[in-house]
Amino acid sequence: MLQGITSEAFILGCSAIGAGLAMIAGIGPGIGQGNAAGQGAAAVGRQPEAQAEITRTMLLGQAVAETTGIYGLVIAIILLFVRPLLTAYLELGL
Amino acid sequence: MFEITLNLAGKEIVIPETIVNVYIVAIILIIFAVVVNRKIKKTNPNDIPSGLLNVVEVAVELVQTLVKQNMGEKQIWFTPYIFTLASFLLVSNLFGLLGFTPPTSDYNVTLSLALITFTLTQFYGIKNNGIGGYLKGFFDPLPFLLPLNILGELANPISLSFRLFGNILSGVIIMSLIYNALGLISPLITPVLHAYFDVFAGILQTFIFSMLTMIFIGGNFDN
Repeated sequence: MLQGITSEAFILGCSAIGAGLAMIAGIGPGIGQGNAAGQGAAAVGRQPEAQAEITRTMLLGQAVAETTGIYGLVIAIILLFVRPLLTAYLELGL
Repeated sequence: MFEITLNLAGKEIVIPETIVNVYIVAIILIIFAVVVNRKIKKTNPNDIPSGLLNVVEVAVELVQTLVKQNMGEKQIWFTPYIFTLASFLLVSNLFGLLGFTPPTSDYNVTLSLALITFTLTQFYGIKNNGIGGYLKGFFDPLPFLLPLNILGELANPISLSFRLFGNILSGVIIMSLIYNALGLISPLITPVLHAYFDVFAGILQTFIFSMLTMIFIGGNFDN
């Protein structure tokens, strides 16, 4: 154990760092969604009459691309608010 | 805002706020349905619709067009379910504007909605292709892809429910952080966040959840 830090505080701090690291997953969906939006804008430029159809397809594709980011977010939320590691440590009863 | 604690035979059962809010949403929708039903029965079908009925007609026609496009002309009888789903999700997602916790920020709610979609998908998969065709679908295109196909099928309800849950919950968390951090001056900043997280993300996620439900279920019908 580090000097001056209780094990519980250490675990909470590490969970917060882990949550921050999990949110790096947000980069992927950001790039993907931006790419989809760019392609959608280009498609509207080529075929302005199909705008409604293109927008719908683009939003749907973006929602599916977002999934990985949402998984990262859920892990971050679980680490911060459910604190499974702290519970596991307390159950060890050291 | 409210939490109900029940005392049943000495045991305390806590019904969380989000579940209470589901009941409130359901009551609002039932009242809305009864009001619209009465109005429809009173009006002459040959008249031009006006007022509330006009809005309802536009909404129903919108859902009907989407169902026709995504599930095929013959599956038009699916409109009532999709419309119910969409109206429930819309009211739940916009509930944050009234100061309630949106019911969809509880994983129980989104998971049960996703499980309904999953069950319907499997049911119509078996009904339309026969049990043999349904099982054969898992061996497509190559037999050794069976585990991947099963995993892919199981991932659908999980990603469907987490997508809605994550979007709404992240909005709730970010807004509660801002409300707590800024205190009394928070009303200067939060309207923008409410507009984005509650209205924009709420309507978008409603649309996406209903669209994906239509696509998953409609994939089992040959158009």
